[in-house]
Amino acid sequence: MKKIKKVLSAVLAATMVMSLVACSNTASTEKETASEASSTEATQTPASDVKVGFIFLHDENSTYDLNFINGATQACEAAGVEYMFKTNIPEGQECYEAACELADAGCDIVFADSFGHEDYMIEAAKEYPEVQFCHATGTKAHTENLSNYHNAFATIYEGRYLAGIAAGMKLNEMIANGEITEDQAKIGYVGAYTYAEVISGYTSFFLGARSVCPSATMEVTFTGSWYDETAEKEGANKLIEDGCVLLSQHADSMGAPTACEKAGVPDVSYNGSTASACPNTFIVSSRIDWAPYFAYIIDAVANKTEIATDWVGTLETGSVVLTDLGDAAAEGTAEAIAEAEKAMNAGTLHVFDTTTFTVNGETLSSYMADVDTDAEYTADTEVITDGYFAESGSEFRSAPYFDLQIDGISLLDTAY
Amino acid sequence: MGQKVKEPRYHIVKRADISKREAWTIRIIAILAALLLCAIITMVCTGDNPISIFVTIFKGAFGTQRKTWITLQYVAILLIISLALTPAFKMQFWNVGGEGQVLMGGLAAAACMITLADKLPNAVVIILMIVSSILAGAIWGVIPAIFKALWNTNETLSTLMMNYIATQLVAYFTIVWEVPKGSGKIGIINQNSNVGWLPNIGNKYLLSIIVAAVVTIGMFIYLKFTKHGYEIEVVGESQNTARYVGISVEKVVIRTMLLSGAICGLAGLLLVGGINHTITTTISAGQGFTGVMVSWLAKFNPVAMIFTSLLIIFMSRGASEISTAFELNQSFADILTGIILFFIIGCEFFIRYKIVVRKDLGKEDA
Repeated sequence: MKKIKKVLSAVLAATMVMSLVACSNTASTEKETASEASSTEATQTPASDVKVGFIFLHDENSTYDLNFINGATQACEAAGVEYMFKTNIPEGQECYEAACELADAGCDIVFADSFGHEDYMIEAAKEYPEVQFCHATGTKAHTENLSNYHNAFATIYEGRYLAGIAAGMKLNEMIANGEITEDQAKIGYVGAYTYAEVISGYTSFFLGARSVCPSATMEVTFTGSWYDETAEKEGANKLIEDGCVLLSQHADSMGAPTACEKAGVPDVSYNGSTASACPNTFIVSSRIDWAPYFAYIIDAVANKTEIATDWVGTLETGSVVLTDLGDAAAEGTAEAIAEAEKAMNAGTLHVFDTTTFTVNGETLSSYMADVDTDAEYTADTEVITDGYFAESGSEFRSAPYFDLQIDGISLLDTAY
Repeated sequence: MGQKVKEPRYHIVKRADISKREAWTIRIIAILAALLLCAIITMVCTGDNPISIFVTIFKGAFGTQRKTWITLQYVAILLIISLALTPAFKMQFWNVGGEGQVLMGGLAAAACMITLADKLPNAVVIILMIVSSILAGAIWGVIPAIFKALWNTNETLSTLMMNYIATQLVAYFTIVWEVPKGSGKIGIINQNSNVGWLPNIGNKYLLSIIVAAVVTIGMFIYLKFTKHGYEIEVVGESQNTARYVGISVEKVVIRTMLLSGAICGLAGLLLVGGINHTITTTISAGQGFTGVMVSWLAKFNPVAMIFTSLLIIFMSRGASEISTAFELNQSFADILTGIILFFIIGCEFFIRYKIVVRKDLGKEDA
């Protein structure tokens, strides 16, 4: 159907162009249009041969998956390639089967969006060496030695840090207005698991907030699920009862943002704007824009170039983005964020600068992180270089591995 | 003025008995009606013609060779679980704990795969997996049976509660064995060494299918031709009769639940050791409950269960293909499956009862 539509639209476009030039009877204009037509064809042909299959853990009701779905649609439409979606694929054998079905259906690239899909993608990658398997948030590509299996992530900790600045500005505003005292500047954070990706996220968010509001502290609770609306809502309510005056989250439902809206507590959300559902409390949201990565892999397959084993999107690639500020954002937030972003791009500001945080009262000078995934959690790689913790370093791996418990953040429950 | 007794226009009468042909006609009409309704709803939502929708349903289940194998494998697992529940239901023991028994079987298999991988040779690990998961399922099944036999506790509640305990145990061990740290998932166990992976026979789908075939034949013989099977039937008909003829009801209950749990454990073994190579709390995906329906729809006949489980898997895979092909939400597939099941279960009403329409219509005022 899509192909027929494409052919039809091409024919239509051609006739329109022809009718435009119909009045003119000089041979040269006709030649020009002919060459125009052939040049557009030429640019389209390599790309339109590529077919991309996508595997999503949930569907558009999850903010996490919606963010991927939007990126995928945008990138594929822009490149003019065919694509297939498989939604609600659990993190089990179903993922392997979905990946194989997509490969059978002629996809040149199969992409999966959830962390737990990784092992099953690897199994499928072994079976289809000609198909490129790309996986977001995974940790194993650099140790599996498969030429057609790739991981991708983005320096979202930079986005979190910037969103943290917006949170710190809000806390400052609340202190200035006399709503809270300096000591009451406590942030609440609803996390999914005590996993490095979450720890890296809330720590960078906290460091961003503390960079503008030095008295800020933070409490974190974990839900034990990436998507559990009830648990996230309950977690948020618990934090609010505990005296947290501003919330943020790393879990994929609308649970925490809606709990904040109900309680009138300002909220920094994740994966996308929640301004429409939470107009009074939404400050800002950081998210990874996956469209640049999708454009990159489509281009790589079309031009038969190698896809990076570990691809790290940054502020500069347009992969790490902030949404528009909400009405709840404090005055001067946009300027403060812009300034920090400039410093990050210039390389003068590092999120995990070891002078800005302590672990058990001590400043770190060395840390071995568990970069190569194994069942024993072996700490295998020195990640502190030049006075900062090198998160998502391109020479290590794309997925975060910052798992330190820094001072100022207290964890309410670590069962998960 | 005499009191007028208003006779209702319709009334429902229990059928004395119904021929097999009539019963199947009703069932086929129900399935056709269900498909028709699904077609109408899909047409309204997508604007595509109904033929292409039915083609898509069929393609979802049997469109490619791989899809056919996957469908058959799903049927095999659902069939094994349904067969496991059947003897319990036949003796009127409401085992709704299939889910937990499958999970415990799976957990035992996963435990062997994880803890014994570098200590014992592969063959020994696999043998231990088989023994321990069957045992784990049997234990999980027999606990409510013992309570029932000794203190006459309500088995519907206790088997149901055992599901939650099993789910929490799996959740706990997921955290213990998670890789990488904090991620809350185990991932494929022994992905590179393949220790504890059940061997591929022919292809990776065939093993479950063969096991299902063996269990089906075994269960058919067990229920129909053995003394045990007869005892189950008597206990199911009337416990007093059973006692009167000298059958120890307690013994039959415990023995049958051991068997029921053991086969569920076997399904768990296949799910973990043969198919997923991991354990999660959702690994049995509600099949412990779907199996109840499969078993009931087939009237506890193991051979008929092949068709009822095929029907359910076929419909659910077809429905999910529709949502992929027409770019609809997964909920749409659930709606279609719901409609189909509603009709299939609903038609049993028309098999047991008939609606009698009053004949002397329009004469009441005369």
